[in-house]
Amino acid sequence: MIEARQLTKRYGDKVAVDGVDFTVRPGAVTGFLGPNGAGKSTTMRMIIGLDAPTAGTVTVNGRRYAQHSAPLREVGALLEARSIHPGRSAFDHLMALAYTHGISRARVSEVIEMTGLQSVARKRAGAFSLGMGQRLGIAAAVLGDPQTVMLDEPVNGLDPEGVLWIRNLLTGLAAEGRTVFVSSHLMSEMALVADHLIIVGRGRVLADTTVRDLVLQAGGDTVVVATDDPAELRRVLVGPGVEITGHPGSEQLTVTGLPAREIGRKAAEHGLVLFELTAKTVSLEEAFMELTKESVEYHAASTTGRAA
Amino acid sequence: MTIVADTRPAGAAPSLPTDTHLKVTPRRVLRSEWAKLWSLRSTWITLGLGLLFLLAFGTIAALRYKSMLNSGQRMDPDFADATSYSLALFGVPFSLIALGVLGVLTASGEYTSGMIRSTLAAVPRRLPVLWSKAAVYGVIAFVTGAVGALAGFLLSSGVLSGTAAGMSLSDGGVVRGLLGAGLYLGLVGVIGVALGTLLRSTAGGISALVGTFLLVPGLMSLLPKSWRDDLTPYLPSNAGESIFALHHSTGTLSAGAGLLVLLGWTALALGGAAYRLMRSDA
Repeated sequence: MIEARQLTKRYGDKVAVDGVDFTVRPGAVTGFLGPNGAGKSTTMRMIIGLDAPTAGTVTVNGRRYAQHSAPLREVGALLEARSIHPGRSAFDHLMALAYTHGISRARVSEVIEMTGLQSVARKRAGAFSLGMGQRLGIAAAVLGDPQTVMLDEPVNGLDPEGVLWIRNLLTGLAAEGRTVFVSSHLMSEMALVADHLIIVGRGRVLADTTVRDLVLQAGGDTVVVATDDPAELRRVLVGPGVEITGHPGSEQLTVTGLPAREIGRKAAEHGLVLFELTAKTVSLEEAFMELTKESVEYHAASTTGRAA
Repeated sequence: MTIVADTRPAGAAPSLPTDTHLKVTPRRVLRSEWAKLWSLRSTWITLGLGLLFLLAFGTIAALRYKSMLNSGQRMDPDFADATSYSLALFGVPFSLIALGVLGVLTASGEYTSGMIRSTLAAVPRRLPVLWSKAAVYGVIAFVTGAVGALAGFLLSSGVLSGTAAGMSLSDGGVVRGLLGAGLYLGLVGVIGVALGTLLRSTAGGISALVGTFLLVPGLMSLLPKSWRDDLTPYLPSNAGESIFALHHSTGTLSAGAGLLVLLGWTALALGGAAYRLMRSDA
């Protein structure tokens, strides 16, 4: 469980994270999504105490990260920036971290095996490919068998096999009851693994939602229906929460708020002939763009407002 | 001492075993820093160099002295009062650079490589990392320095045995002085760790170290003479050298005072490093 309350980070005049509030819950994969420079990495660095917040707080399982007696048991983190000395072997790197907590050599071997690094464990980490470096970072993140796993852009630089491996790892960790917090700037990637989404832009939370709600909110579940009597169909379908649009003279109507099945049934009850009945689901990508676009428009509008 | 109660909400993660023995302790952080140091090739190479400088330069100085003595030519003024003890420690300033640089590297290397993020994620209270690094490396630099000084002394005493300059371990102050040379190098190592932590850069740390121990003493000649005589003995390099000097003149500190002054400089550097470590984002 990660709780951020009015979390803020300023670098001089620049506000990287601007009064962010969110809660990341156990047992699910929470996606942390936003364009580059939205403040995702800074937020993650504040969670494990590498950066101190300018204002606000962030706690892990009820306390600041540094106040835990066994921090690696609480949060295992893979940061975007490389966090490994190139002159040390993978094994020695993990062992150095393990010693701080009294984690056994057996556990180190276990995570090396789990991440598929057996054959290169004794090689200098500086010689590792991007993908192997990423696997070593993940081995370090799960070393302490942490309650919360936090990964910053974990699929960056991975081959398709590696990407699939990460997806399975994330859903597996969440299924074990852990808190999984993953950042990405790729909505398509998040759509495949995340249950919950926290979307940020310019240091602010734009949406704290589920994948399904995001799609709905962005005008998802639209049904396109065509009939030879659109006026009659419009009358039949009208009701609370139902929105119907169509061009005069066109046989096509666009309906939101009613599932395709329901529309078909009502048309049949009233003896209306349908030529087309298509459910149009907005993709997560489109929903994300919609959200980001709105945030940009909001910023533009507020600037004009101040100038006027 | 605070008793840490588990405030985790019950049932937050039912399937996870709770390993109560896993936690960060000062001893474990020491163990980790020890492992980190020895798992890098640069440690072995630089410690080897530090040792080699002590042995080789001391022995070469002794051989040169002996050849001058045998040839019967007039002694260089530099060598006039030489003993096997003073000749053996000819390599100390060179060893100081090697051991000091390694001290800087153990800290600055964490920043330049990004390892510091892994380190501080494991020990987010931070200060134990600095204390452990300083302690582990200080002891290693001390042992290397003391062993090098002792072996260098035995070598040059062997070369010069039977001459007027020959001394032995049983001579007054020799063993204490050789340990003092080790202490000097150990504290220089700690100062290196502190400078690396303070400046977070290898180039900056090494420059500061070399500047402090090799350049500043030379700059003292720019000061008015009365100031120079008052200040010079308290410089880190001069205070450090008086720890292992066998003969103390009026312009130098006693061994004990020199040690105290150098400890003061070390504490100052560590204090600065601790401040930066706690106050700056990693």
